Amino acid sequence: MMHFMLLFSRQGKLRLQKWYMAHSEKMKKKITRDLVTMILARKPKMCAFIEWKDLKIVYKRYASLYFCCAIEQSDNELLCLEIIHRYVELLDQYFGSVCELDIIFNFEKAYFMLDEFMLGGEVQETSKKNVLKAIAAQDLLQEECEEPKSLLEELGIVSTGVA
Amino acid sequence: MPAVKDSMRGLAVFISDIRNCKSKEAEEKRINKELANIRSKFKGDKALDGYQKKKYVCKLLFIFLLGNDIDFGHMEAVNLLNSNKYTEKQIGYLFISVLISENNELMRLVQQNLKNDLASRNPVHVNLALECIANIGSKEMAEMFAPEIPKLLVMGDAGDTVKQSAALCLLKLFRTAPEMVPIGDWTSRVIHLLNDQHMGVVTAAVSLIEALVKRNPDDFKGCVSLSISRLARIVTSSYTDLQDYTYYFVPAPWLSVKLLRLLQNYPPPEDTTVRNRLAECLETILNKAVEPPKSKKVQHSNAKNAVLFEAISLIIHMDSDPSLLVRACSQLGQFLSNRETNLRYLALESMCLLATSEFSHDAVKRHQETVVTALKSERDVSVRQRAVDLLYAMCDRSNAEEIVGEMLTYLETADYSIRGELVLKIAILAEKYASDYTWYVDTILNLIRLAGDFVSEEVWYRAYAAKTVFEALEAPACHENMVKVGGYILGEFGNLIAGDARSSPSTQFQLLHGKFHLCSPPTRALLLSAYIKLVNLFPEIREDIIAVLESDANLRNSNVEIQQRASEYLSLARNSTQDVLATVLEEMPPFPERESSILAQLRKKKPAVEDAIRVRARKAAAEAGRQLRPHLPLAVARGVKLQGDIAGAESNTDSDLLGLDFGGSAPAAAAGGGGAGGGSVDLLSSILDVGVSSSSSSSAAPSAASGASAQRKTVVVGAGASGSIVGEENWHKFVCKNSGVLYENDILQVGVKCDYQQSSGRIVVYYGNKTPAPLAQFASVINLPDSSLTNQLGIQVKPVGDRVGASEQVNESSEMDSATFFQHWKQLSQPEQECQKIFQAKFPMDAETTKTKILGFGFSLLSNIDSNPANFVGAGIVQTKSGNIGSLFRLEPNQQAQMYRLTVHSIKPGVSKRLCELLETQI
Repeated sequence: MMHFMLLFSRQGKLRLQKWYMAHSEKMKKKITRDLVTMILARKPKMCAFIEWKDLKIVYKRYASLYFCCAIEQSDNELLCLEIIHRYVELLDQYFGSVCELDIIFNFEKAYFMLDEFMLGGEVQETSKKNVLKAIAAQDLLQEECEEPKSLLEELGIVSTGVA
Repeated sequence: MPAVKDSMRGLAVFISDIRNCKSKEAEEKRINKELANIRSKFKGDKALDGYQKKKYVCKLLFIFLLGNDIDFGHMEAVNLLNSNKYTEKQIGYLFISVLISENNELMRLVQQNLKNDLASRNPVHVNLALECIANIGSKEMAEMFAPEIPKLLVMGDAGDTVKQSAALCLLKLFRTAPEMVPIGDWTSRVIHLLNDQHMGVVTAAVSLIEALVKRNPDDFKGCVSLSISRLARIVTSSYTDLQDYTYYFVPAPWLSVKLLRLLQNYPPPEDTTVRNRLAECLETILNKAVEPPKSKKVQHSNAKNAVLFEAISLIIHMDSDPSLLVRACSQLGQFLSNRETNLRYLALESMCLLATSEFSHDAVKRHQETVVTALKSERDVSVRQRAVDLLYAMCDRSNAEEIVGEMLTYLETADYSIRGELVLKIAILAEKYASDYTWYVDTILNLIRLAGDFVSEEVWYRAYAAKTVFEALEAPACHENMVKVGGYILGEFGNLIAGDARSSPSTQFQLLHGKFHLCSPPTRALLLSAYIKLVNLFPEIREDIIAVLESDANLRNSNVEIQQRASEYLSLARNSTQDVLATVLEEMPPFPERESSILAQLRKKKPAVEDAIRVRARKAAAEAGRQLRPHLPLAVARGVKLQGDIAGAESNTDSDLLGLDFGGSAPAAAAGGGGAGGGSVDLLSSILDVGVSSSSSSSAAPSAASGASAQRKTVVVGAGASGSIVGEENWHKFVCKNSGVLYENDILQVGVKCDYQQSSGRIVVYYGNKTPAPLAQFASVINLPDSSLTNQLGIQVKPVGDRVGASEQVNESSEMDSATFFQHWKQLSQPEQECQKIFQAKFPMDAETTKTKILGFGFSLLSNIDSNPANFVGAGIVQTKSGNIGSLFRLEPNQQAQMYRLTVHSIKPGVSKRLCELLETQI
C-alpha cells in the first residue's frame, strides 16, 4: 500500500500531503524535509525509484511540481509512476491544463479528487470518467445547496442564522 | 471542462494575500491576523451560518497545511458534520482527516456523526463517512464500525461507489485492528466480488481480499481460480473491450497487477486446468512484451511493463516452471540495456530473485558481462548498487574469482555511501567461495588496502589476524597474552593460513605447543581448547594432539581444570566422527547480522510477515545463540539446561575463549569465580549465578573482546496462574494489569506484557540488562508445571528463546441495562453458579482505585443499577476456546468494618468461585 503522497514545488514548498499511515506532525515534517531535500538534489535522468528506510520512494516531476510517493517493498514501482500520472491527468482534466496555482487555490478539490481515486493507500477507481463523474456530482450538490440560499439572502427573505 | 466554481471568495483572497507576501515575516503577520479574525468570529455573539463556518474551517486548514500549528476550530469543524449540506460536511470531514488525531476528545462526536452518516439513505453521505474512516480509521473505530461495513460491501443494493469505498474502508480497519474485523458470512461472499461486473469494484475488492488472504489463506483458497479467470479475461481482451479501464492501450493494468499479487500468496494451483490457464496468462503477458509497442508514450510502456514485472514476480514465486523462468530471464536481460534507467534498475532487481532459483540461476549468469558493464558505466549510484546486488546473487564457485575481482576494481571508485556494504559483500564471497587460501588472503589484504576505513574488524581479523599472530608467535620470546591470543585465533582460523607451507598445520601446532610449558595453568587450559579445535580443522595432526592430551602432564595434572579438559578433549578426539567434531567445534559465526538490501530482497519473497517484536526477539535469540555456541564440550555439558532450583549448585568456570581477556581487562576470571562460589540458592529470586544476557536490551553488542562474561543466568517463569517462583503477589499484580515488572534486582529486570484477544492471549517476557556490560550465555526456560493445565490452556510456546505465548482466559466487559442485568442475575442464581465471599479489605477502600482495578480485571462497571451507589455492579465474559462464559458481579463495600461482600454469578459452576478468589486478592 502507499504510505504517503507529497506534492512540492521546485522551491521545496509543500503543496499537498496525503498520509495513509498515522505519524506525528513532527515526524511528518521531518519526513517531508528529508525527502524534499533528497529529491531536489537528484539529476534529471536518474532513476525514479529510491530505496528509503524499508519503503520505496517513487517520484516524478511535472513542470514545476514534484509528485513523490512512498510505497511498500511488495508494491509495483512502475505502476506507482502511473498512479501519479493518472492523478495528474485527473487534475488536468478538471482544472483544464492544471498548474501549480490551481492546486494552491483549490487544495480541497485536489484532496477530494485524490480520495475518489485512492483510498486507504490503495487504488480505488482507475477509470478517469468515473472519478470525474463523481467530482462533477459533488460540484452539482454544491450548487444545489448554495445557489438558492444566496439568492434568498440577497432578497433579505431569510437571515443567515442557525439552520 | 467544468468551470471551477470559486465558491469561497474569502478563502481565495486570503490565499492571494499570502502569496503576495514578500517575506516570511509578512506571511506570518498575515496569518496571525487571519487567525485572530477567525478566532473572534468563532467566539463572537453572532451565530455563524454553515457557509461561513465552512469558509473559516477551510482557511484554518490552509494555514495548517502551510506548516503552522492550529489549536482551535476543531469544534466548528465537527459541527460541520451535522450539516445536511454536502459540501459543508465534506469540508468538515476533510479537516478531521487532516487535523484531528486519534486521541482528540472530539473523537466521540466525530464517531457519532460517522455512525449517522453510515446509516444515511443518501449514498453520497455514506461515502463521505466511509472515506473518512478509510483515512483515519483507529482501533476504536474498528470496534465500532467493522461489524457494519461488510453489509455495505456484499449487500446487493448498495451502489458501486459505496461498495468500492466500503472495501477499502474495511481494509483500513483490518490493517489497524485485524481482531476487530469479524469473520462471518460476508467473508465467503467477498471473494465473489472478483466476478463483479464493475471493474472498479473488483479493483477495490482485490486489495481487501489480499489482506484477508494473508491472515487466513486456507479460508480464501477459492479466490485462486476466480482471480485466474478474471486475469485471463483481462489479458486476452483487446484494449477496446475494457473502455475506460484500458490505460494507454494496456487493459486494466492496476487490476492485473493486484490479481498477480494476490496469486503470490498461494503455491501454484494443484488443479491442472487452473494451472495451465495461469501458465497461458503468464505466457500471454510475456508474449506481449516482445510485440511492437502500440504507443510511443512512456505511460504505455510503464503500464505494460508493470504488469510484466508483476507476472515475473509470480513466476519466481511459483518457482516451478523452468521454461517460464528462463523466458522471464531473457526478457529481463533485454531490459538491462534499455535506455530507460527505471527499467534497467528494475531488471537488475528482479534478476536478483531469479538468480536464487535453481532453474534460472545459470540463465542469469549469462548476463554477467552486461551487469559488470552496468557497474562500470551507470551514472546513477542506486542503479550501480543494484548491479552489485545482482553480481552478489549470481556469484558461485565458478565465477567467484572474476566477480570478486570486478567488485574490487569497482571498490576503487565506488561511492562512499555504498562502500561499507560492498566490502562486506566482497568479504562474504571471498570466504564462501575461496578455493585456495592465497587468493583469499590476497583478496582480503586488497580490501584493506583499497578501503581500509570501511573494512570492519570482523572482516579482516580472521585471515589477517591469523597471519600476524603466527608471525608474532615465531618470535623467540613472546608474552603469555600473545600465546592466548594466538591459541584462540589459530584455533578458530588457522585453516585460513594453512595453505602457506610456512604455516602448515603441524607448524602451527608445534609453534603453539612450543610455548605450552612456559605458560600458567589458565593459559594451558586455553591452549588445550585450541588443540581440540585444531583436530577439527586439520585431521592430519590428530595423532600428535592426542599424544599431548594423553600425556600424564595433562591427563593427571594437579590442576583440575587442565585435567578435566585433557580427559574430555581426549575422548572427543578419539571417539568422535568428523561430523560431531565439526558441529561441536564450529567456528565463530562470520559476520555481524547486518541488514543488507539484498538479503532483504530475498526475504521479501518469503510469505511470513514478521512483526517487529518477532524480529527483535529472533535477533536476541540469535545473539544469545551466538554466545551459547558450544566451543567446548564443557559448555555443551553445562550449557543451556540449567534449572532454577538446581542452578545455585552449578559452578561456572569456563571463562574460556569468549571471555578471553585480549587486553587483560575483562573481568572473566572474577565472573567465573563468583559462579564457582556457589551463589545463593535463593529460590525466590531464582536468578542465580552471576550475569545476565544480552537479551532484548539494546546495550548488547557483543564482540569477541568485550564478551566480558562467561556468565549465565536462568530465570524460571511459570505460565499464568501457576507461577510460584517469583512470588504470589507479583503474579497477582497481573490479574488487574496487563503489563508490569515481574522481577527486578541490580542486574536484571524482567518485565511482562500481556495482550488478549478473545480466547487467546500472548505473554511476552522482557529481560532488561541493567549492567553496563553485555551479558553472555543467556537462556530462558519455560516450565509448564503440569500437562493437564497445558492442555486446558492450549499453550503455544513460540520458538524464540525469550518469548512465551500462552492462551489464557480473559474477561471481556459487556454492557447492559438494569432490567437485563437483573434478569440475567436471577437466571444465574442456582447455588453452584453463585459464589459469595465476605472478606477484609486488603487495600484502602477508595472507590476510584477499586473501579480501575475492576476495569483492569476485565469487568465492565454498570452504573445506575444498584440502588446503593457505593456498590459496584458489573458484567463480563470469560472467553475460552470452548465457549464464552458470561459472569455478573456485585461488590458491596462496608466502610465502617473495612469489609467487602462480593457476589459473583456465572453460567458455569466453578467460574464464580475462581473469579471470586481472584478478585478477593485484589481489593
